[in-house]
Amino acid sequence: MARYEIFVTYKKGIFDPPGATAERALANLGYDEIQSVKIGKYIQLEVADGPNALTRVREMCDKLLANPVIEDYRIQSDEKDW
Amino acid sequence: MRFGVVIFPGSNCEQDVIHATRLLGYEAEYVWHGDTDISGFDAIVLPGGFSYGDYIRTGAVARFSPVMSEVVRFAEAGGPVLGICNGFQILAEAHMLPGALLRNRGLKFICREVPLRVEESACKWVDLPAGTVARIPINHNEGNYVCSPETLTSMVAKGQIVLRYCETDGTRAPGGSAPNGATDDIAGICNEQGNVFGLMPHPERVVDPVVGGTDGQPFFTAIVEHLAEVAR
Repeated sequence: MARYEIFVTYKKGIFDPPGATAERALANLGYDEIQSVKIGKYIQLEVADGPNALTRVREMCDKLLANPVIEDYRIQSDEKDW
Repeated sequence: MRFGVVIFPGSNCEQDVIHATRLLGYEAEYVWHGDTDISGFDAIVLPGGFSYGDYIRTGAVARFSPVMSEVVRFAEAGGPVLGICNGFQILAEAHMLPGALLRNRGLKFICREVPLRVEESACKWVDLPAGTVARIPINHNEGNYVCSPETLTSMVAKGQIVLRYCETDGTRAPGGSAPNGATDDIAGICNEQGNVFGLMPHPERVVDPVVGGTDGQPFFTAIVEHLAEVAR
């Protein structure tokens, strides 16, 4: 069994309303060093060992877990980053 | 004329669509999301609601319902498909319409009547003259339409922008008139052929004068007239 962690974020240029709100809120709290806040999704997958595991996880991201029109994703597994 | 209104788990506007279309004198029946036969319908409507709890993204799961492959086939053959609110989100997720719908800019669920300007478009669901202002309610949390600048340019050129949010006099405010922050004030778009139409506002809620308006009627009558014309 392998564990995959998936981080989904908006593509560059796509407005992120929750991120923008958190950004303003942090500035209001006096954290002047804040330059940008982006809020995305974090997904954990547990996958049975098998051939093409990573390719299949990528496919899952492209098909359902992320929308390529608006989102990018990063897959992380067993201390390796893809 | 027979409308098929698809029910996904979590749809909640299907009865309004059935009521509206029957009130206008058309036949309308429900279609279950697990159905794989939609023959016998002249037009398909994907109603509003919260299909699959809006989990992952709005419309992301409903898109894979068994009925959707049939809806895609129906649309590719030129069949008219209308997606209202969550139905629009499903059409976008299914890539039957370009772009995507994000959370409203102000992070608030918006439920109110808004003025909408009819644009010159290829849409077969609309035959109102360009510039007509219709008052139709919106009721959504994810209506902030986005697409790439290239997609927008192409959609404008091909007459795919059907409805824009506007001020009561039909003009657009310099800072934008979309209450949800939608790109270019876009409230409704169609595919290049004009048979697939998605919009965030709910025309089915302003068909019966009893509930305060009839501005939604033309959106259902136009497609019927269009189909009648094609048949002649």
